[in-house]
Amino acid sequence: MSAPALTSTQRITTVFRREFRSYFQTPLAAVFLVIFLFLAGLFTFNIGGFFDRGQADLRPFFQFNPWLYVFLVPAVSMRLWAEERRTGTIELIMTLPFGVADLVIGKFLAAWAFTTLALTLTFPLWITVSWLGNPDHGTIFVAYLASALLAGAFLAVGSFLSALTKNQVIAFVLCAVACFVLLLAGFPAVIDFLRAAQAPSGFIEGLASTSALTHYESMMRGVIDLRDVLYFLLVIAAFLAINIFAIDWKKSD
Amino acid sequence: MPSRIVAKKLEKRFGHIHAVRGIDLEVPAGQVLGFLGPNGAGKSTTMRMITGFLEPTSGSVELEGINLADDPIAAKRTFGYLPEGAPAYPDMTVEEFLGFIAHARGFRGADAKSRVERAIGRVNLQGVRKQAFETLSKGYKRRTGLAQALLHDPGILILDEPTDGLDPNQKFEVRELIKELGGDRAVVLSTHILEEVEAVCTRAIVINKGQIVFDGTPSEMEGRAPREVTKNRMDHVFRMITTGDVAAQAGGRR
Repeated sequence: MSAPALTSTQRITTVFRREFRSYFQTPLAAVFLVIFLFLAGLFTFNIGGFFDRGQADLRPFFQFNPWLYVFLVPAVSMRLWAEERRTGTIELIMTLPFGVADLVIGKFLAAWAFTTLALTLTFPLWITVSWLGNPDHGTIFVAYLASALLAGAFLAVGSFLSALTKNQVIAFVLCAVACFVLLLAGFPAVIDFLRAAQAPSGFIEGLASTSALTHYESMMRGVIDLRDVLYFLLVIAAFLAINIFAIDWKKSD
Repeated sequence: MPSRIVAKKLEKRFGHIHAVRGIDLEVPAGQVLGFLGPNGAGKSTTMRMITGFLEPTSGSVELEGINLADDPIAAKRTFGYLPEGAPAYPDMTVEEFLGFIAHARGFRGADAKSRVERAIGRVNLQGVRKQAFETLSKGYKRRTGLAQALLHDPGILILDEPTDGLDPNQKFEVRELIKELGGDRAVVLSTHILEEVEAVCTRAIVINKGQIVFDGTPSEMEGRAPREVTKNRMDHVFRMITTGDVAAQAGGRR
């Protein structure tokens, strides 16, 4: 009984540290980082036409980021809760002196820190483009920020979906589909299709404004609009909140 | 001395299944309570409600005087819990896992280290401390789970089948440990092994279909057996009170 009580921040930090380390205790971290960096390079240089464009910016890289996240973020988020359920450790952590919110936030932050680490490791691209030309560093920085926020939003969605099942494959597929839909709502082809179908313009605009892609692309151009940042933070907060409810609701399964 | 565990009128329904039907329980310090009952009787569900993993449909739980529903985090600091199957993170080594538990329990630095050392020593995990949990034998997994529950030296221990999967030597060791711990703690353990209750428990409760059907000392329980039964008297009583037709003649308290 001599154990001192922890503050909320200390509890979250404890959860965060265990979760973040767990990525490196399995091959997951290595596999994820290698694939992410390989695909980021492939998209930027081969498909994005980095050299052909003759412009010193990282647009090809950032343009493909959301589509990369659609299947890489679920690979990180799928295990967050499904794994705890499968191994039964959910019963252990829920009976340790943590609140459900501590667990949800700590785990989410660990996953986010991990994807942000992967994103940070693409810095040689920034160096390359600076060496080749004279890019707008402000734009690149804001685009990196947008990319991190987008990954955070996807992770929050994925963490919630992972809490609904003990099957990681299901968690992966659900998250990939959800992220895809979140992007697609703002995809030009979809919007054009709706226009052609004569959908009311208010509806089209409303739909596009709920899309992560719309907000991402506006930040990608280098403009920090508070509404875009707020959008991502709201998506994260909302999904973490329903994540907490989902844990309480589904924990006995 | 006030009871360390006070559970009042615990009820649990899962949809249309009425798993626990009004369980009242008080466990003071110094008592080792054996929780018995057939599979599916509601033992694990009751323990999960006492430890706050499951919310009771109705009823209340107080641990060291702290209401679990009002202040779950403070209440969860009062006990150590070994969940059914002794779960732990498969990729962590025993040492890392116990280090995490020490952190979660509020210990830092040298304090955390000495706690981990003591827990490892207490259940003899020295030989496997650098091994990943998933590579351990069933017995070592169970002992890691015990170490985790003991780490912060709690006044309450709740152990769901602590000797399941252990060989006879390990069973003996764990029973000795539980007896020793019972001295100044409130211990609740569930088991299917009735001789274990005789060996370590000061009180036995049998639950059946979500209700307490016997509450007394192990020798009182044994005393319920008819005189002509000379072997496995506890088993005989267990069958008498948990299989419906002879429940009446067993004369359980409920």
